[in-house]
Amino acid sequence: MSAVSVRDVTVAFEAFRVFDGLSLDIEEGEFIVLLGPSGCGKSTLLNAIAGLLDVASGQIWIGGKNVTWEEPKDRGIAMVFQSYALYPRMSVRENMSFGLRMAKTPKPEIERRVNQAAELLQITHLLDRRPDQLSGGQRQRVAIGRALVRDAAVFLFDEPLSNLDAKLRNELRVEIKRLHARLGKTTMVYVTHDQIEAMTLADRIVVLKEQKVQQIGSPDEIYRRPANLFVAGFVGSPQMNFVKGRIEGSGAGPEFVSGKRRLSLAGYQFTDAPQPGREVVLGVRPEHLDILEAGTWPDFKVDIVEPMGADTVIWCSDGEGSIQVRTSGSKRTARGEALSVGVDPAQISLFAADSGDRL
Amino acid sequence: MNAAQPQGRRPRRLTPGRIGVYVFLISAALFFLLPLWIMVVTSLKPMEEIRLGNILALPQMLTFEAWSKAWSSACTGLECHGISVGFWNSVRILIPSVIFSIIAGAINGYALSFWRVKGANILFGVLLLGAFIPYQVFLYPLVRIFSMTGIYNSLTCIVLVHVIFGLPTMTLLFRNYYAGLPIELFKAARIDGGGFWSIFFQVILPMSTPILVVATILQVTGIWNDFIFGLTFAGRENLPMTVQLNNIVHSTQGERAYNVDMAATMLAALVPLVIYFVSGRWFVRGIAAGAVKG
Repeated sequence: MSAVSVRDVTVAFEAFRVFDGLSLDIEEGEFIVLLGPSGCGKSTLLNAIAGLLDVASGQIWIGGKNVTWEEPKDRGIAMVFQSYALYPRMSVRENMSFGLRMAKTPKPEIERRVNQAAELLQITHLLDRRPDQLSGGQRQRVAIGRALVRDAAVFLFDEPLSNLDAKLRNELRVEIKRLHARLGKTTMVYVTHDQIEAMTLADRIVVLKEQKVQQIGSPDEIYRRPANLFVAGFVGSPQMNFVKGRIEGSGAGPEFVSGKRRLSLAGYQFTDAPQPGREVVLGVRPEHLDILEAGTWPDFKVDIVEPMGADTVIWCSDGEGSIQVRTSGSKRTARGEALSVGVDPAQISLFAADSGDRL
Repeated sequence: MNAAQPQGRRPRRLTPGRIGVYVFLISAALFFLLPLWIMVVTSLKPMEEIRLGNILALPQMLTFEAWSKAWSSACTGLECHGISVGFWNSVRILIPSVIFSIIAGAINGYALSFWRVKGANILFGVLLLGAFIPYQVFLYPLVRIFSMTGIYNSLTCIVLVHVIFGLPTMTLLFRNYYAGLPIELFKAARIDGGGFWSIFFQVILPMSTPILVVATILQVTGIWNDFIFGLTFAGRENLPMTVQLNNIVHSTQGERAYNVDMAATMLAALVPLVIYFVSGRWFVRGIAAGAVKG
């Protein structure tokens, strides 16, 4: 039995249909990240699960119960928003207890649960302050605390860290992960456009583009075996290199050819048999390229060097197009220096040039 | 040489352009203050002095007789109890009208901006249309409706009229203010289990202070200054101050008592004046609210 199940859901704004029959199953205790650029429908999907948006057709099941027409409060969910959405005229304590007070929970029970959540998030000293006396990080902690107090089976996060600065974002990201581990059986659905958050937090990532699911898989699968050109380009920083070319058959097996660059595809796992002459795009991540004395692709010249501390990104070109290579941070190169690039055929991805799908 | 000195010529405070602006502003202020000045000095003069015709001059013999006469003994038609009767009538009309019209507008605005009522935009459009139709068009049908229901010429009737006619502006005001509040607040409250009324009273209303003040100012001045509704719907017993003022000014026999007329007018204008002086700061704040991110 899955914790959250979206079955064939269509959401419509007037005549415009977002999701034409989208389905998604989320297991109990799973951390699911909905990843995609803005406007891809990830927040719409989250709002539909929360019951804040009416679905035009299809069903939503939470905890084995059909909740398609249930009120948000009856779905056993809690939600954290990007803008924190703390009630400005209430103290932190009142903010956190609002839901319980609405549900007419007995006072000692409210007290106990608020204190417990506050302790877990280390905000006990803030309980009597008002939201406008808190910093951004503290506000988001309170918002998470408010969700925690509800004792929900499913947590929904709508870009919770996007309003915070980089340092706080890292801190809270770790804290959310720790919270998920500590709560054990709590399912979390997390919407973000930040691929680092998706990679670090998720058990499974759902990549969305233009209201369509592009790929569902573990962070590792998404990163190493992207299902299409969009996923390959969206996940990973610096971006994956793309080289347009063709497949040619030869005695030793299929070969990738792009101008004077060639690569044997003997070690590549094709999803269907390669046809010689097919137009393809070869994708290879910068860290899967090496700089060698005599590599697969010679005659490159260093264009730009970006030292990032832990590693260095070298942009280089052979006159037919530029590619990025990620090497160790201690590597020293100068602009204009000649080098040769080594490609590992086991680490590449091949996509059909027309459909963009993985081959 | 001192390196911390600023370079170049110090900008001049008073330029010819700036002087021009001041001259214009001061003359505009004088233009609008002149009637007030005439009213105040005339109301403080005895009639002998007014007859001399120096309407701008300060009173030679300062007297408050006209004010007390206007308040308690000037004749409004056959009765001679001054404008005080009208003042208290206006207060009795004002308080319930202001309270009920603001409550109705706030609830309307809240429902329209947060609850996605089916056909909300059409409803709102129809409501706004009501604001643009001249009042005179409604008068006769309303008189017929009220006389059939039997509440015509009563306090209830005039209050009801003010609430109905305040609805379009009040709804517009609150709807626009609520449209500026983050929708996530409402969503969070829904997930927390708030219903229509509990979200309104516990989350939305506590955030509405600036717009409540603006609405109060608009309604107090609007209802206090109303003449035609009061004349038509309030009935003889509840005629508001504006109608009584008109009666005082027009029912004089013999010599026209300009000082009493002026004093009565000042008394009638006092309430809106006080409202503006006390709440000017809030008024500006309410208009600017939402322009700046909190």
